[in-house]
Amino acid sequence: MALTTYVEAIRQGIWEEMEADQRVFILGEDVGIYGGAFKVTEGMLEKFGELRVIDTPISESAIVGAAIGAALMGMRPIAEMQFIDFISCAFDQITNFAAKNRYRWGAGVPIVIRGPSGGGVHGGPFHSQNPEMYFVHTPGLKVVAPATAHDAKGLIKAAIRDEDPVIYLEHKYLYRRIKEELPKEDYVVPIGQAATRREGRDLSLLTYGAMLYPSLEAAGTLSREQGIETEVIDLRSLLPLDKDAILASARKTGKVLVVHEDTRTGGIAGEIAAIVNEEVFDYLDGPVLRVTAPDTPVPYSPPLEEFFLPNKDKILAAARRLAAY
Amino acid sequence: MARPVSAVPKPAAAKRAETGAATEGRLVPGDAALLTMLHYMKLTRALEYRIERNLYRQGKIVGGVYVGRGQEAISVGAAMHIRRGGDESHDDIVSPSHRDMAVFLMQGFTPALVLAQYMGRRTGPTRGRDGNMHMGDLRHRLVAFISHLGDSIPVAAGTALTFRMRGTDQASFCFFGEGAASRGDWHEGVNFAAVMRLPVVFICNNNQYAYSTPVSRQMAVRRLSERGPGYGIPGETADGNDVLEVYDAVGRAVARARRGEGPTLLEFETFRMTGHSAHDDAGYVPKALFAEWERKDPIRRFEKDLVGRRLVDAAALREMEARIEAELDEAVAWAEAQPYPEPRECLVGVYHE
Repeated sequence: MALTTYVEAIRQGIWEEMEADQRVFILGEDVGIYGGAFKVTEGMLEKFGELRVIDTPISESAIVGAAIGAALMGMRPIAEMQFIDFISCAFDQITNFAAKNRYRWGAGVPIVIRGPSGGGVHGGPFHSQNPEMYFVHTPGLKVVAPATAHDAKGLIKAAIRDEDPVIYLEHKYLYRRIKEELPKEDYVVPIGQAATRREGRDLSLLTYGAMLYPSLEAAGTLSREQGIETEVIDLRSLLPLDKDAILASARKTGKVLVVHEDTRTGGIAGEIAAIVNEEVFDYLDGPVLRVTAPDTPVPYSPPLEEFFLPNKDKILAAARRLAAY
Repeated sequence: MARPVSAVPKPAAAKRAETGAATEGRLVPGDAALLTMLHYMKLTRALEYRIERNLYRQGKIVGGVYVGRGQEAISVGAAMHIRRGGDESHDDIVSPSHRDMAVFLMQGFTPALVLAQYMGRRTGPTRGRDGNMHMGDLRHRLVAFISHLGDSIPVAAGTALTFRMRGTDQASFCFFGEGAASRGDWHEGVNFAAVMRLPVVFICNNNQYAYSTPVSRQMAVRRLSERGPGYGIPGETADGNDVLEVYDAVGRAVARARRGEGPTLLEFETFRMTGHSAHDDAGYVPKALFAEWERKDPIRRFEKDLVGRRLVDAAALREMEARIEAELDEAVAWAEAQPYPEPRECLVGVYHE
């Protein structure tokens, strides 16, 4: 069977939704003739035409604003940020217009804003960011971050069909590095549901995006070398968070480690620690720990970026510290 | 809805900016339309008077109050061209600014509904979630404004993009003040609409002040409309206190939009006859300016015109005013009797349910 890459899975998901639903269209910088900076929209202009695959000026605010306007008129726009770093230019449209519209006057804004996030490819401070928490802090938005090709396709489809604005973060490190066999039939991955990637009784490791892979490697090492069985949960969706899955695992293991590539202060790990404390404190056998990037911009030079990013060794160290409680 | 429009030779184009679109004819409303326009101008003035001078001062409106006194001709003259009464493939869409009360009324919001909004009542258009002019309803083809001026411009472009994709001849009406035109979103939105040749009519009410900042500190061009050609679209400045001039300019711009010729940037010069909001005494505005613009009051000017044409007389005007006051008495009573939201309704409706 053919294996599908993460980036191809996103492309397939968008393609299929555009075939199935005339309301779906995509707009962004270089998405048409060029097929997108990472080729997510390759071939779409030829297939769907220039009114459904729209090359825009370099105007993120207009891209998102226009998507909002079209959504209010009954369309299902997908707004591409060429790099997710540039989403900051559209911050106001997203957080003030799109996010609050339904609450204010009942008009939902079913848009998807998607783009490549994350580091590990020497992109430097403006092509490597993980901006999720700006948006997780905004009621009215949904935020998803798939880690597998299967989820990349299932979540983009769920995001397009969702009635509310969804920020869809695709990790560029994973684009062509992972591949798997995908179901032939149409499927979605419901927004708000975590996935258990590895069962374990001793420790819960919560993560998402590209950090799933060093987390799984660390879990394998812990099992082989020390007999520590780590439960690895892929959050997949950051807003809403799958609290049930988080709390169930915390109750089971009594030890929670959160791993994310985003920077430390104000990262989702802090929020998860608070939820775990509030809800299942009596079950805990140790503090909630976190492995994150430090509170710096994402640096360019390889030794700096390597230092910045969480990796298997950093995860192992934190997991061993927690397991010792 | 189609209204009677006839083209007659335009006597003078002196008031238009050099950047103005050349035109041979001037759009003139029929008699019934003229009376409709006067009605909405007077209703708007009276409703906002109640809001600003009565209910706000009585503490019955607890939040901000921003009115468009002196600017009524712009919303009314423009909104006469908004196509309504049909289905989604027929009706236009409109994004009013916070000084366009008449647009809401002409799109079918009753004064009672507006007052319920201002008073934070559950039966208002935002169910108490938002206040003052931040209201919308897609059934009335109204997109709600947000405080971040200029955000509506790309959004309006997006509504127009949909019309283009669907191949209809619908238009999007986008209102804003000259202050909003300093926002980056404004520039991105106008450029986007221009590049895509979208059917948008950009309608600026240039009321000379953005809060306390005069227009000279807002832009270095003499007229906002000069920016139109900079984006490759026509720009035109007209007298915003002359409802017929507004009617004409917007009518031509809408026709361009419907023909697929793209957006137009219209600037209507007017004056904010109040402070920025009800709590602002506008002490920074020279008194002489208020006096000068008081003489150009758009309603009195239009009344005089209609009296001269023998379309109304003093008795008819008094009767019109009495009807409006009676309607507003009822509306205020209704709104005051409306319930507040239940506190826990705070939690409802953030997401689709």
